[in-house]
Amino acid sequence: MNTFHIGGVHPNDNKRYSAHQPIIECPLPQKAIVPLAQHIGAPAQPVVEKGQKVKVGDLLAKAGGFVSANVHSPVSGTVTKIDTTTDAWGMKMPAVFIDVEGDEWAEGIDRTPEIIRSCEIDPKEIIDRIAAAGVVGLGGACFPTQVKLLPPPGKKAEVLIVNGVECEPYLTCDHQLMLEHGEEIMIGIQLLMRALGIQRAIIGIEKNKPDAIAHMQELASRTLGVEVKALKMKYPQGGEKQLIDACIGRQVPSGALPIEVGAVVDNVATIYAVYEAVQKHKPLVSRVMTITGKSVQKPGNYMVRFGTPLSEVVELAGGVPEDTGKIIGGGPMMGRAMNNIDMPAHKRTSGLLFLPEAESRRIEPENCIRCGKCVSACPMGLEPYLLSKQAELQMWEDMEKHDVMDCIDCGCCLFTCPSHRPLLDYIRMGKGKVGGIIRARQAAAQKK
Amino acid sequence: MNLILISLLVLGITGLVAAILLYLIAQKFKVEEDPRIDQVQDVLPGANCGGCGFAGCRALAEACVKADTLDDLLCPVGGAPTMEKVGAILGLAAVASDPKVAVVRCNGTCEARPRTSEYNGARSCQIMNSLYVGETACPFGCLGCGDCVAACQFGALSMDEKTGLPVVDEEKCTSCGKCVKACPRNIIELRKKGPKGRRMVVECVNKDKGAIARKACLNACIGCGKCQKECAFEAITIENNVAYIDFEKCRLCRKCETACPTGAIHAVNFPPRKPAEPKATTEEQPKKEEAQA
Amino acid sequence: MKNLIVAPAPHAHSGDSVRKNMLLVIVALLPAYLVSVLMFGWGALITALISIVACMGAEWLIAKFVLKEQPTIGDCSALLTGLLLAFNLPSNLPWWIVVIGAVVAIGVGKMSFGGLGQNPFNPALVGRVFLLISFPVQMTTWPRPLGFSGAYVDAETGATPLYYLKQVTKHSDLAAMEKLPQLWDAFIGMMGGSLGEVCALALLVGGLFLICARVITWHIPVSILATMAVFALLTTPEGVCPWNYTALTLLTGGAMLGAFFMATDYVTSPMVGWGKIIFGVGIGLIVMVIRTWGAYPEGMSFAILIMNATVPLLNKIRPKRFGEKKK
Repeated sequence: MNTFHIGGVHPNDNKRYSAHQPIIECPLPQKAIVPLAQHIGAPAQPVVEKGQKVKVGDLLAKAGGFVSANVHSPVSGTVTKIDTTTDAWGMKMPAVFIDVEGDEWAEGIDRTPEIIRSCEIDPKEIIDRIAAAGVVGLGGACFPTQVKLLPPPGKKAEVLIVNGVECEPYLTCDHQLMLEHGEEIMIGIQLLMRALGIQRAIIGIEKNKPDAIAHMQELASRTLGVEVKALKMKYPQGGEKQLIDACIGRQVPSGALPIEVGAVVDNVATIYAVYEAVQKHKPLVSRVMTITGKSVQKPGNYMVRFGTPLSEVVELAGGVPEDTGKIIGGGPMMGRAMNNIDMPAHKRTSGLLFLPEAESRRIEPENCIRCGKCVSACPMGLEPYLLSKQAELQMWEDMEKHDVMDCIDCGCCLFTCPSHRPLLDYIRMGKGKVGGIIRARQAAAQKK
Repeated sequence: MNLILISLLVLGITGLVAAILLYLIAQKFKVEEDPRIDQVQDVLPGANCGGCGFAGCRALAEACVKADTLDDLLCPVGGAPTMEKVGAILGLAAVASDPKVAVVRCNGTCEARPRTSEYNGARSCQIMNSLYVGETACPFGCLGCGDCVAACQFGALSMDEKTGLPVVDEEKCTSCGKCVKACPRNIIELRKKGPKGRRMVVECVNKDKGAIARKACLNACIGCGKCQKECAFEAITIENNVAYIDFEKCRLCRKCETACPTGAIHAVNFPPRKPAEPKATTEEQPKKEEAQA
Repeated sequence: MKNLIVAPAPHAHSGDSVRKNMLLVIVALLPAYLVSVLMFGWGALITALISIVACMGAEWLIAKFVLKEQPTIGDCSALLTGLLLAFNLPSNLPWWIVVIGAVVAIGVGKMSFGGLGQNPFNPALVGRVFLLISFPVQMTTWPRPLGFSGAYVDAETGATPLYYLKQVTKHSDLAAMEKLPQLWDAFIGMMGGSLGEVCALALLVGGLFLICARVITWHIPVSILATMAVFALLTTPEGVCPWNYTALTLLTGGAMLGAFFMATDYVTSPMVGWGKIIFGVGIGLIVMVIRTWGAYPEGMSFAILIMNATVPLLNKIRPKRFGEKKK
């Protein structure tokens, strides 16, 4: 069975809490707060004013650059203000505040459950519709999708790789989406293949989701050029570079983009959003979120409109459990612990994980015993023990020489360290510093 | 006897030859260096802290010897006395500069600034600052992990267990500026020590609007402007909702301290207030003027 | 609501710990230890107990009163060092020599560098080699394996197979071949030697357990044993069956113990695959050079200590990076 070739770890997948829970529609909030930066790249520029009436799907903010994405209103109502709100880590972010009135959708959006199979649209039109709908990568990074569909000159895409791996423990939203909306995803894949002008697509799914593999395989057998690859379970298989390695056995060179080896990677949730944007003219205003955890009363998968405060979503799942010590936005390996749940849901919130207090604290670090487990776990073939020491000693040049910029933040090193050393904490900090140094150098070189 | 003679002779000749060779080589590869560099280096403190902006004491010494004036060169550790000695060696006039000291501009003690979360990652302000607002709701204040303490080479900084804030030992602080660079929130400032070490400091850098700042921390500067109105010397400016006291203009009258509703303004190194307040302030003024003259 | 705990990702951990690794190694050593108790009797029990207690005590005292820090004997690394040191000692060694060895192992070999993870040399071997040089007579007087009846100090003693093997190689004394144990006896441990190194079978079981439990990787043991085997095959004296000679080389002395348990010590071995293999090959070569031409009949301790010194250099070998271009 296929998998990627370097490093990796095997965390307990803990998907049993929310797996196979049907997707439930979350009720609309009273007041919606829609952040303007829900993606990587430049924040969107607001195009509405205070007091303006908006319908669901109306443009709230326009993409603020090439790497940026439109933001649409997820609710209908009146814009009360455009201000900043506090995100889940306590930082400020710009947002549009809307008082919700009813649920009126903008014209031209097809809300019927009917599946539109014909995809005889001009490739350029597909890309335009995706860009207009503000579709971003829903796997975690939130990179604007249309940018990926426009390969830089001289590069040609050969294969579309569909990420149905969901290697992050606990999360089940992609799994459930494949089970419930497999057919739409398959049409979305065809649309993307058309937009890219390619004949081949591979769906990678880890073998802990046998029903999803069977379902997608059945659908793929009726679709030309699409194949499903069952992958061995190993974290971080959902990482873009690891998934390409697992699916087609090619390794993206250091510092390059997947297009270098002819691959374009998109998550299944993104592809579902592509289907809705192209076939149904529906902008990205909601996503499936997994609310899960050992003590959560009703763990499950919820379709949430952006702008709904997370605290309201949690109420659906039975409220915050008593014993909660840590709330993580996303999965336990790469998700970020939150210090409040008043933040609204947006394109990046793939799930909420409630960890009991007993599992929330790290164990005190001990001396490094040079066991080299972090080295063998690192999926990028780096030396985490060394990088973390260099970051502690602020040896930025040495970190750059040891390819710290290749680090994908997967957390395997910290996961595996028997001495519980905060390896990734330091490496991440060093990566930020080195990245800044490299950008400054490039800027200086450009001036010359 | 013969044996001893021979050994002595052999050893003596070997030594002599080696000495001559060494001398010749030393002559050939001699590096002409200004002897004053060594002299200057001798009067420098030798801490190699880098506070002067050069790689170490030797580098500063070289720069001093090359320079035409000592205007831009200062050893922050040795301060004016050291620079005077350097000036004496080089025959240049040393610029008199007032000694400085590191000042922590945050007074968000554990009591005043309620914790809103518990940070459990690596103990480093840098790391905490890159991911979170910190353990309190104040996005500007001290994070309390002690990056500044770790950066200080002179042991002048320590964390106060009770307040959770770093404390500067003014005796040990050499104002090298390492802590200023280490603090990711830029709350440490090098300020002039002032006469008898007395100075007025706004110990807060919270740029949020008053209500938000106050909610995060009882001791926050809320930018109300009361101190500005009270100040007779226009020493206080308010920018981005934070007051700042200009050292040069401040006459140490301490009126702003009493005017501040949140207690963000601190009078440092003053004797405890006497019952008759106005007298105390009038006593201060002439002293300050003397110091400035 | 209570204050939430925040920390950077990841929020999960494999559950691995220093203590767990140390305990697994100790468990892997138990079969060999049981055999040695059966072979050498009370001597094996007493020597190991003294060594362990002395190692843990030395670590606790040094951490507490010299380094003035919280002692970390809870991680069981001192326990393991004590056990490994005992494995490298003859079972009839006077108790005070054992204590000296333990103090040198922990004090000089480990704590003087700053404790766990900082030491460049394997502490147990530092202790062992110190004793070997300081007390050569006591350290090379091995009791015969007589079953559990043997007494502690007054055990009947005799030469080890390695002594005879040396006679064969160095002095071409083919008659010594006769005095060597049969292969099967050597395999199950019916021969003289340090208390833990005699039973190749038990050590092999323990070593394979460690590899299966992913405490160690195959690289170091396999490269050491393979190098030794190849070397022995190539240098077999004339008139001796090369296979028999090679097998005896691997089964006698500290070969198994060294390859699986001493050389694979985390702190003092390289981290990356190729580094480990070079490390193992180096040890194999040095052992065979010492065994064949050196003054000592056995050279495992010296070989490992010498290669320990090369570890910082071997750690410069970088792992294969993702997307690295093939040259």
